[in-house]
Amino acid sequence: MVSTEQHINQLLFPILEQVSDPEIPVLSIMEMGVVRSAIIENDIVKVQITPTYSGCPAMDVIGDDIKKVLSENGYNSEVELILAPAWTTDWITPKGRKALEEYGIAAPLDAEADKSVLLDGKRLVKCTNCNSKNTRLISQFGSTACKAQFQCDDCQEPFDYFKCLK
Amino acid sequence: MNNNLYKYILGIADNSLILGQRLGELCGHGPSLETDIACTNISLDLFGQVRSYYQYAAKVIGDGRTEDDIAMLRKEREYVNVLLVEQPNTDFAYTIGRQFLFDVYHYLLLNKLQNSHDLTLSAIAKKSIKEVSYHQRFSTDWVKRLGDGTEVSHQKMQEAIDGLWTYTDELFHQTEADKIMVSEGVGVDVTSLKEQYYAIVSKILEDATLKTPESKWFQKGGKQGIHTEHLGYLLSDLQYMQRAYPNMEW
Ligand SMILES: [Zn+2]
Repeated sequence: MVSTEQHINQLLFPILEQVSDPEIPVLSIMEMGVVRSAIIENDIVKVQITPTYSGCPAMDVIGDDIKKVLSENGYNSEVELILAPAWTTDWITPKGRKALEEYGIAAPLDAEADKSVLLDGKRLVKCTNCNSKNTRLISQFGSTACKAQFQCDDCQEPFDYFKCLK
Repeated sequence: MNNNLYKYILGIADNSLILGQRLGELCGHGPSLETDIACTNISLDLFGQVRSYYQYAAKVIGDGRTEDDIAMLRKEREYVNVLLVEQPNTDFAYTIGRQFLFDVYHYLLLNKLQNSHDLTLSAIAKKSIKEVSYHQRFSTDWVKRLGDGTEVSHQKMQEAIDGLWTYTDELFHQTEADKIMVSEGVGVDVTSLKEQYYAIVSKILEDATLKTPESKWFQKGGKQGIHTEHLGYLLSDLQYMQRAYPNMEW
């Protein structure tokens, strides 16, 4: 049976926290919620990661980076990519959401609000530049598959919105 | 080795590979920056899903073939995608029409595949359906915009739907391998999706002020490897590097 719980050995947490998503460098993979388990078994660290999107090209890099940082800390490791349970934006930590916003990417709204901004043109996404909610959808797909493009009608700044994935 | 399971996986995965390649052709050539980026992002999602399927297929067949061999080194007759997804990007209305007619089916299929007794297929379906729901929103939105847009966009969207309609029935055909996989609780009985599919499609076409075609004459053959002329050209592009420089790597 698959579990939505994370099993992270607390010794490993600060090490893994040094690895960031190559497309969003301010966000560690721990804040992103892509590390589902990290345990030490017979002196080998076993890490399970799950992709944000199926085609996410960052997963191979993340796997390599995890092995590298663990080896720098004296651990041999194995990294396994798992698909179930599927990643959801709910796994982004509060600290991660804050980091996203500071980086200029609006954090995902809940599923209902997400639908109404993407389908019905509701103005609910907060501009990452001036905090106004007077923003509109430009495109349902943005610079990567996980984002949509928005523009603020107050300060005119374009920005990315991280789409809700549930 | 389970040959039926292998065939079943390809029956699903080849659709995503070929459609992903078609959408990828628009990279840098889309009608506007936003639609270009959207189509290529959808392409990327589909390729990501294909990797999961082909990795699993390689494991199932277990004869040393890799995901890349399965994607790149088969002959035209060995691809079992439906004819719909290999149709060319004639114009933007065709691209959207093809996407829409596939997305509605794709969502219904994955929705059922989530319950597969095969845990790998079920996991891939649960992952993919979240992405496909965004694809369907995108294509549905554009069908409505073009259909209920200007006189010209309406006409072009109607022509695209009329032209592509003949390829829709094949989505609901079963191969022998499909039937066996359904009986084992692994596969989805696509015949059971048909009624719902046409109901959803007709409703959206109506919202888009478009007519649902009445033609009852349908093309088939893709699932048996008998393709339209378009697939050969697509594959020569897709396979070029591996054919010209065998075993090349990045
Ligand atoms: Zn603003």
